[in-house]
Amino acid sequence: MNPFIEIITQPDNIAIVIMIVMVTFFTIWGFQQAFQNDKLKASGYAVDGELDQDVDTFKPLVRIELIISLVVVLFLSIWSIAVDAPLEEIANPTITPNPAKAPWYFLGLQELLVYFDPWLAGVVLPTLIVVGLMAIPYIDINPKGNGYYTFAERKYAVIIFAFGFFILWLLLIVIGVFDRGPGWLWYWPWEEWDHQRVVFEPTRDLTQVIGIESRSIPGFIIGAIVVIGYYVAGMLLPLRHWRKNNPELLAQLGMIRYNLIMFLFVTMMSVPIKMVLRLVFLVKYVWITPWFNV
Amino acid sequence: MNSLYDKVKKNLIWKSVFRRDYRDTARNRAMAIFGNVFLHLHPVRVRESAVKLRYTWGMGGITFLAFIILTITGVVLMFYYHPTVDLAYLDMKDLEFQAPYGVISRNLHRWAAHFMVIVVMIHMFRVFMTGSYKAPRQFNWGIGVILLVLTFLLSFTGYLLPWDQLGFWAITVGTNMGAATPLIGYQGPFSEFLHITPYNDIRFALLGGAQVGGNALLRSYIWHCIAIPLISVILMFVHFWRVRKDGGISRPQH
Repeated sequence: MNPFIEIITQPDNIAIVIMIVMVTFFTIWGFQQAFQNDKLKASGYAVDGELDQDVDTFKPLVRIELIISLVVVLFLSIWSIAVDAPLEEIANPTITPNPAKAPWYFLGLQELLVYFDPWLAGVVLPTLIVVGLMAIPYIDINPKGNGYYTFAERKYAVIIFAFGFFILWLLLIVIGVFDRGPGWLWYWPWEEWDHQRVVFEPTRDLTQVIGIESRSIPGFIIGAIVVIGYYVAGMLLPLRHWRKNNPELLAQLGMIRYNLIMFLFVTMMSVPIKMVLRLVFLVKYVWITPWFNV
Repeated sequence: MNSLYDKVKKNLIWKSVFRRDYRDTARNRAMAIFGNVFLHLHPVRVRESAVKLRYTWGMGGITFLAFIILTITGVVLMFYYHPTVDLAYLDMKDLEFQAPYGVISRNLHRWAAHFMVIVVMIHMFRVFMTGSYKAPRQFNWGIGVILLVLTFLLSFTGYLLPWDQLGFWAITVGTNMGAATPLIGYQGPFSEFLHITPYNDIRFALLGGAQVGGNALLRSYIWHCIAIPLISVILMFVHFWRVRKDGGISRPQH
């Protein structure tokens, strides 16, 4: 069978195909409503829902809940009749499958293992994702866009969230499911997996690019300067820019909020930066210390 | 016909169960909601935006529905399942070949679980896009994030239970990341300062052993069937309660 058909019709992968379809559909629907509301607002009209009245719960809401419930149950029933849940061979600690993949919703984190050590990819970054998500309401002080779809009134919030949600989360999952084969090597979905394939791809550390041994004291110092300097620059440069161009916003935010936002943002951007370093420049570590590597 | 209708409805038993008739009056519409323990999760009257599918996409409710379907099919599966290394896989085979409706029960449970993860992520996307986490709903967004994590953990702990290669190695890969936790994982940075070994680190606590075995299976089972559902249900109560207390489904302010 065609490898592409084979991989998208694996029982567990059908869920990913359904996810792609649903996410695409709702993304289009959401942004379409956002642009529509922006247009209404720009021409001085009320946005969708602004003129809403209260209605009885019984029956309009109860009716729609019943209909949706029936549709969902029907959908899941058809899915369950058509596709059987997979059951592989009995667990055997002596036979390691290659690749050994985590459940699909954690494949984004497993994909990060290519670019970060496990303590970062598996522990620190997920913790920061959860903390960062919970912090959103407290660091986003823009009062606009509460209760309706909009893009124009919260451009930065939507762009940053969409980048994290679609690229760093969903895209990495899709890559992990469809594009990773034996040895966690890249395979396009239409390529056959080759268990004998070896890729010779010597990686180096950042300081080795300029000829300094990364496991030496100068290498350690340069690495530290790069990592700490990245954070300091990432947090200070916007501060200077905002002080000059938008001091009111900065005053509204306050220093605690500003630092939290920039720390989370700079950390988030370290993911794509590290990916480019690894994929394009074959750089493995930026900073090597006796305790951990970054 | 009318006399039969009267006989059925105009007696003590019927009236003790159903406290209202079907006449379409404002009082009856209200009583339909607050006279019913399940429906009174809703207010008697709601914003139109709560009814419009294009606004909410129904995603929060569908997540809850998926949770209910998973609870029901999960209980059915528990009747046929022993959380032991010797029997767990054989029970899967029994479900496939012996138990009545075993295959469809397991299929429904697995696909509803995948579905719930997908739907809860879209729910989060919707709440973000409508800015519904903004005042006064900041706290409820935080509860929602925890519920999202619990949904992942519910699915993750269920992965091991069939005791097949897929689950075994997925859990091995997943918990190996725990070993890299700074300070409390034996492969994590700074763990040597606390004398952490594979036999006293966080991974050992998760698995009940240094590798995935019988204890890990039992722990997964109890987390999956009892502990996490219990925590989730409590947080769902808070989540739903706060939706109402924070003023119902969000809508544009005037």
